[in-house]
Amino acid sequence: MNPDLTFFIEVVLGGLLSGVMYALVAIGFVLIYKTSGVLNFAQGAMVLFAALTFVSLVERGLPFPAALAATLAVMVAVGLTVERTVLRPLVNQPPITLFMATLGVAYVIEGASQLVWGAQVHALDLGIDDTPFDIAGVLVSRFDLFAAGIAGLMVAVLTLFFRYTRTGLAFRAVADDPLAALNAGLRLPRIWSAVWIASGIVALVAGLLWGARLGVQFSLSLVVLKALPVLVLGGFDSIAGAIVAGLIVGAAEKLAEVYLGPLIGSGIEGWIAYVAALAFLLIKPSGLFGLRSVERA
Amino acid sequence: MATALTLRVAHSPRATGIVLLMALAYGVIPLVGSSYLFEAILTPFLALALAGLGLNLLTGYAGLLSLGSAAFMAVGAYAAFNLSLRLPGLPLSVTILLAGGIAAAAGVIAGLPALRLRGFYLAISTLAVQFFVAWAVNRIGWLSNNSPSGVINAPRLVVAGLSFEDARGRYLFSLTVVALLTFAAWRLVRSPTGRNLVAIRDHETAARVVGVKVARTKLLAFALSSFVVGVAGVLWAFAYLRTVEPAGFNLDRSFQILFIVIIGGLGTLRGAFLGAGFIVVLPLILSRLGAAILGDGFDSGTLEMVQRIVLGVLIVAVLIREPAGLSALLDRAGRRLFGRPPA
Repeated sequence: MNPDLTFFIEVVLGGLLSGVMYALVAIGFVLIYKTSGVLNFAQGAMVLFAALTFVSLVERGLPFPAALAATLAVMVAVGLTVERTVLRPLVNQPPITLFMATLGVAYVIEGASQLVWGAQVHALDLGIDDTPFDIAGVLVSRFDLFAAGIAGLMVAVLTLFFRYTRTGLAFRAVADDPLAALNAGLRLPRIWSAVWIASGIVALVAGLLWGARLGVQFSLSLVVLKALPVLVLGGFDSIAGAIVAGLIVGAAEKLAEVYLGPLIGSGIEGWIAYVAALAFLLIKPSGLFGLRSVERA
Repeated sequence: MATALTLRVAHSPRATGIVLLMALAYGVIPLVGSSYLFEAILTPFLALALAGLGLNLLTGYAGLLSLGSAAFMAVGAYAAFNLSLRLPGLPLSVTILLAGGIAAAAGVIAGLPALRLRGFYLAISTLAVQFFVAWAVNRIGWLSNNSPSGVINAPRLVVAGLSFEDARGRYLFSLTVVALLTFAAWRLVRSPTGRNLVAIRDHETAARVVGVKVARTKLLAFALSSFVVGVAGVLWAFAYLRTVEPAGFNLDRSFQILFIVIIGGLGTLRGAFLGAGFIVVLPLILSRLGAAILGDGFDSGTLEMVQRIVLGVLIVAVLIREPAGLSALLDRAGRRLFGRPPA
């Protein structure tokens, strides 16, 4: 095959696979936004907290499954606490107020996780070797493929859950019309608690994969900044949108970095996704899959 | 003028308060303050309060949330640096005004998405500005006169032959800039334009119905806010730090300014000052407290974490218990003291 073309395919593929990692974080946002209209800025802090808790427990000699279970329990507790102490008193406040409250929550979780577990960088080994392997001349990272598989599995589980379980049906009812759902006898606080727990679990999965990739450290909470353009592009309320937009953002970012970077300078991946997502919004204001009713001027 | 002022002071406790405050800031503090007070507390307080004031025009009055305040501070600081470097004859006051103007122009560009986006979408589009500016001052060598990693040094602070180089001078310089811009902002929010901003915040459609030109007013809000925040950036760079690296204008700074506005009180002018005072003093109190309670075990890393937690808890607590911020607390205290609302 033409080496230029091989290189191009490698870049796109690498981008798509890192896009899956972005989508993983974005899904946590979508779950909460869909059912309570809150853009949870603390999602990144939750990713950091989950990864840090897990890796610290493993380093203290806990076996892998026990550490996973313990971290899961902690994430459930965090989700419940946030819902109970922050969101419930702020019910019926404007969305921007709720967003700012989650900024505060992000600060608390970031500070607490480092106060408890320390600020040093931890290596996290999930037991998957990162040797690239060769598909028709194109090199693909084994770890990235594994991460993509996990993300795919998670989306499948969430989709099945939303479609076939009573709780999932309740989630959809609340997302569709909170007042009607309330009228039909659904308990909104209970559903919000459930959804915060679910996003805590998503944060744990994202935290383990991102942590294995980057090392577990403070910058892990900045993955939230990678997920925001994905959300803008995919619509805040669509899981499928988060996946597709994650892939687009990942690929576009890598392509821009490789082919545009030499022209306008390196390091553009910090903002190129935002500019691309904004440009897209100006053309199609509801994002790729977002509901039309989302408030936009 | 003097009689008008006397009359106003005689009738309003608030005007009395402001006159007393100015007398204190200009007459007493410069005589008794130590250079630690000027350099570590008052000058950063003034710069942050001004930034908060600028953001409040946009977020508190016009209801447009921005997460990119630090970017506009950076635009102001780097614009002033380049103006003083490349046009050496320019008086400092003109440099600052032009730097504010450049920040305002950047604000208008950043505000363009506001014509089609609202709420979160707009907030996220201001993040784009934040990251783009951080990248630009880091990577475009010309902006920092090719200094390594984008660090810039402030020029000498001389206005009309008077030097403001020492700690007290830089405090007085900042104080004057902040006082002038606060007065301008006070006039602005009471003008028809100021009312238009509030109208858009409270009900955009209604504002449009009564004839407010919504698109133009939103862009104006971005321009005015960015002007003030840009000048705050000049103070931050020239009067407070003197040597600035791009990392000083990162996302954390933007959040800090947003927190100042939330804690102090959205949609009030003194909110920015109350919030900034709080944000500047909080770490000092925490480090004293921590040292007193924990002794030597309280290092700067722990302090930073504790500060983060306290700040986060405060944000949530303020939003739940007192959405109008410290400003509303002050009002209530005033009513209790004087038995009537301050005029």
